[in-house]
Amino acid sequence: MSNPTDWAAVRADFPILDQQVRGQPLIYFDNAASSQKPRAVIAAIAHYYERDNANVHRGLHELSSRATDAYERARAKVAAYLGAASAEEVVFTRGTTEGINLVAQTWGAKFVRVGDVILLTEMEHHSNLVPWQMLAERTGARLRFVPVLDDGTLALERLGDWLTPEVKLFAFTHISNSLGTINPVAELCRAARAVGAVTLIDAAQSAGHLPVNVREIGCDFLVLSGHKMCAPTGIGVLYGRAELLEAMPPWHGGGEMIVSVSYERSTYKKAPHKFEAGTPNIAGAVGLGAAVDYLERLGRAAIFAHDLELTQQALAGLDALPGVRVLGPRGERGGLAGFVMAAAHPHDLTTFADRHGLALRGGHHCNQPLMKKLRLPGTTRASFYFYNTRAEVDRMLEILAEAVRFFA
Amino acid sequence: MSTELEELYQSVILDHSKRPRNFGEIADGAVHVHGDNPSCGDEIDLSVKFGADGVVEDVKFKGVGCAISQASASLMTMKLKGRSEADAREMLRAFHDLVTTEVADPPRLLGDLRLLAGVRKFPQRVKCAMLGWRAFEQALEQKSGDASVSTEEA
Repeated sequence: MSNPTDWAAVRADFPILDQQVRGQPLIYFDNAASSQKPRAVIAAIAHYYERDNANVHRGLHELSSRATDAYERARAKVAAYLGAASAEEVVFTRGTTEGINLVAQTWGAKFVRVGDVILLTEMEHHSNLVPWQMLAERTGARLRFVPVLDDGTLALERLGDWLTPEVKLFAFTHISNSLGTINPVAELCRAARAVGAVTLIDAAQSAGHLPVNVREIGCDFLVLSGHKMCAPTGIGVLYGRAELLEAMPPWHGGGEMIVSVSYERSTYKKAPHKFEAGTPNIAGAVGLGAAVDYLERLGRAAIFAHDLELTQQALAGLDALPGVRVLGPRGERGGLAGFVMAAAHPHDLTTFADRHGLALRGGHHCNQPLMKKLRLPGTTRASFYFYNTRAEVDRMLEILAEAVRFFA
Repeated sequence: MSTELEELYQSVILDHSKRPRNFGEIADGAVHVHGDNPSCGDEIDLSVKFGADGVVEDVKFKGVGCAISQASASLMTMKLKGRSEADAREMLRAFHDLVTTEVADPPRLLGDLRLLAGVRKFPQRVKCAMLGWRAFEQALEQKSGDASVSTEEA
């Protein structure tokens, strides 16, 4: 990247941002929940439906082959985006949650036994906790958690206390959705490999925000949601190392995942198709492919730098507000600021913000056990993306200062 | 500043949320109901002591949550104490109407609870205002023992 990005021009790619909410210019700071979509993605989906729509992998007609090409091209784009060895390592899912459930119910059902340990961390989103609780219940495996320290980072110095040879799988988030902590994923994967544990990374908060390369990280599985990275809802990705995907039994049975079927039994396709029963979300995959192209053009390093700049601006401003405490580590972190305001409960504060055109998230952020540990009823979160501006952060800080006075 | 916000967070409501009245627990002879809003994490522990003929002799609550849930519960305890069962049921119905529909002339029976009428402009917050009342409704149903209610089905 030689020229600095013209972020104002980039922002103009997002028609939804140009509107008033409750009589005020919209400030959309709920990007960690879902991002907005650029025209390029919306146009790719429209083009698919207006020109190419048909079912994939089975029709012998022109539209079906175009739809199949578009779908498989999207898979190849995602594979390149993630640095996967091949497109066969990319399984399309509905999102992060489905990807984790797929691994828990196929790999987990086959390889996890009574007495095995599934290691998680205390900062996992419910989507990277509940599927493992269900697996533990079915198999008799035990759950163990790497603690979160007061500064919002993991207790890495004592990782060996929890990451022992009984650990069959170590599943952890790349970026915490409530604390903003960026976990040292490559280091965690190395440590897991040393004890023979398989790794799964929840990249929901990172895949659209910073460079993510599965081979450099050295993970076995990685899951992401398209809608948090400029793609539509209902499409996501499970990356799995080829060897692991091949060893896993299929998940849902049905069309599209079989080679041949008799009344008594069937044979299954190879990965990724054996995990994609039924007609897939073709338009969603096309949208994700367009989103990946879009993000690659901007450059993920530039996106990360932009997010970080806004985050540091927000943290400095929040620190200066009376009765406001910011959560999570300082320095390099994900593009979000989670905080508590002594005068106002997160839901009162987000209602207040909403009436000023400011979209924040308030609550437990699908981190109930973590909030309980931190003794918080929840937090308020502002989460940024590359189309947000310094002026918007300034305006947020003004609105929050007003809230401090209003609720005092 | 939005007038709807000012109506929602009137000074009496903010005062009750910061200094809740009848905050605590009735140890003996009371019905205890735990109520929660799982999606927001608001919680209420309500104790109600019924007298002869179902009169609400005493009512206390403990809880954590947003200003609306806590203020509504606090105001509720003040208004329910000493009421007959029939009055209490009438207040429950009238309060629900107050926060969900346009009521031209809310019943005087509700007293300061009428200050919560602003909630109806914020549909996502109705369950906050109703949390304490849902717990009270459950207490009325059983009249003894312990129970829990949730604004979402488990």
